[in-house]
Amino acid sequence: MAASVNAQPARSSHPPQTVPQSGRKTLAWLGRLFLRLILIIQALIVVYPLVWNVLASLKTNEEVMENPWTLPKHFNWSNYVNAFTTARIGDYMLNSVLVVAMSMAILLAAALPTAYALGRMNFRGKAFTTNVYMAGLFIGGVYIIVPLFILMNNLHMLDNRFWLSAVYATGSLPFSVYLMIGFMKSIPKDFEEAALIDGCGYTSTLFRIILPITRPAIVTLIVFGFFDFWNEYVLALTLITSDEKKTIPIGLSNLMQIQQYATDWGSLFAGLVIVLIPTIIIYALLQKRLTDGMMMGGVKG
Amino acid sequence: MSMKAKRNWFLLFCLLPGLVLMALFKIYPTIEVFQKSFYLWTGIGDKPKWVGLRNFTDLFHDDVFLLSLRNTGFLMLVVPVITLFIALVNASILTRSKLRERSLYRTVFFFPSILSFVVIAILWSFIYHPTIGFLNAGLESIGLGKWALAWLGDARTVLWALAVTMIWQAAGYYMVMYMAGIDGISPELYEAASIDGATPVHQFFHITIPLLWEIIRITIIFSINGVLTISFVIVSIMTAGGPDRHSEVVMTYLYSQAFSNSNFGYAMAIGVFVFIVSFLLALLSNRLTERGNN
Repeated sequence: MAASVNAQPARSSHPPQTVPQSGRKTLAWLGRLFLRLILIIQALIVVYPLVWNVLASLKTNEEVMENPWTLPKHFNWSNYVNAFTTARIGDYMLNSVLVVAMSMAILLAAALPTAYALGRMNFRGKAFTTNVYMAGLFIGGVYIIVPLFILMNNLHMLDNRFWLSAVYATGSLPFSVYLMIGFMKSIPKDFEEAALIDGCGYTSTLFRIILPITRPAIVTLIVFGFFDFWNEYVLALTLITSDEKKTIPIGLSNLMQIQQYATDWGSLFAGLVIVLIPTIIIYALLQKRLTDGMMMGGVKG
Repeated sequence: MSMKAKRNWFLLFCLLPGLVLMALFKIYPTIEVFQKSFYLWTGIGDKPKWVGLRNFTDLFHDDVFLLSLRNTGFLMLVVPVITLFIALVNASILTRSKLRERSLYRTVFFFPSILSFVVIAILWSFIYHPTIGFLNAGLESIGLGKWALAWLGDARTVLWALAVTMIWQAAGYYMVMYMAGIDGISPELYEAASIDGATPVHQFFHITIPLLWEIIRITIIFSINGVLTISFVIVSIMTAGGPDRHSEVVMTYLYSQAFSNSNFGYAMAIGVFVFIVSFLLALLSNRLTERGNN
């Protein structure tokens, strides 16, 4: 890498000094303008579809069909009412909230003690257990959906929100354990020794000393878990069969199929906005946690 | 209870829940998918019948599978290359230039990667919609109405349309990863280069890319795998593999073989095949991106 940096002096045929001071400023200003232009165009490409979606959710069906660029003449909130009443977005949402909460509880109950044991204790089989989780990082997704479906069918776990949550938690377990082991290792040994001298048992050391220290990492896990569980589609599609137990991504994709025939676009767009709102709130509140956690998990990998 | 026994019970309490979940929902299905890919198995009530490698040899005579493999290959090549390039350029602009509003761009660009794939898929099917979508309306309003197409209904454009959606979703995610990496590069290197007269473009190619190379390698593998995952949701919602299977991908084909055709053994063979190919691909890209001296 040093070689490529040293290869630079050849450029000295146009040293910056030969450009007059004012000319350099203009050049720099033009450069910044150009960069801004690129960034603004990209920002529009990202934001405009979302703005368009919100606007369309406030239009009547005729307005949606008319011209995609016009603004709604007046805010047509009835789409939102329809989304909740006829499209039952609210019911799907409740299912999603329930599944997210259960998945999170299972994930934390399994991941935190595991990471503590693997990160801070020594025992026979530790390397093997760690490898199981590391291998788990690379296995999963759609590959194993067929045997998973058959297994859960045999054990009568299909169409059950608790078992769906358990599958979700397992899916996030390897990454969570991996993330937490790093955190657990960074806590100085003295904390536990002091606790043991004060007569703390293992369990109370974990709950009273270690977990409070790792709270920032736990928040990161919760943020990641929220997005994973709230947005999950394939497993929910396969493992839940009855309509009243479906989560919101499945509800939405059903709604889309229905609306293609009923052509009630407005309430579909309203449904999309309703799903976006919790995501936007969590993102606004915890953006830094999310991107920091991504760097911890991703870049080190 | 002795100290040692207490410790062992505590370890058991720590490790058991996670290991039970892993064994049940990850390890067992993984073993099962490899094993049952050698069986002919047509449904829940049916008894699996050993057929050896037949499922795998059948794959290569299955035109739909071969088409879905080609489409997946196209997406696995095009999407990571463009996504990572955009991410890298944006990350380097947003870290190297001192634009005041750069944290705003970072927030905006990252946003699509936390959206549900379902929301993205539905939203983009409307963007491409021939009558109510704004893409065609936009082309018409700038006088390019003759370029308006049924983007998802046309065999020539459908894969590119899906690729654009995937790039839109992922570019911000990798940008944030690269930004973290660039923050770790010593600013003195850039200063020295700039005193020597290196332009920002030169600095990008001769400092940023070489020093970020390890992270770039990881993201190449991540994004190839990401295409496999996201393509299932994007394709099944946006096109259902159409028109006429021109956007069928291996994951949607696997899913329909299992759950529409009750062809479980065959579906698992597809799963194993894709698993092995993507593993080999990761190895290959690791080898190709390895730099001689380290």
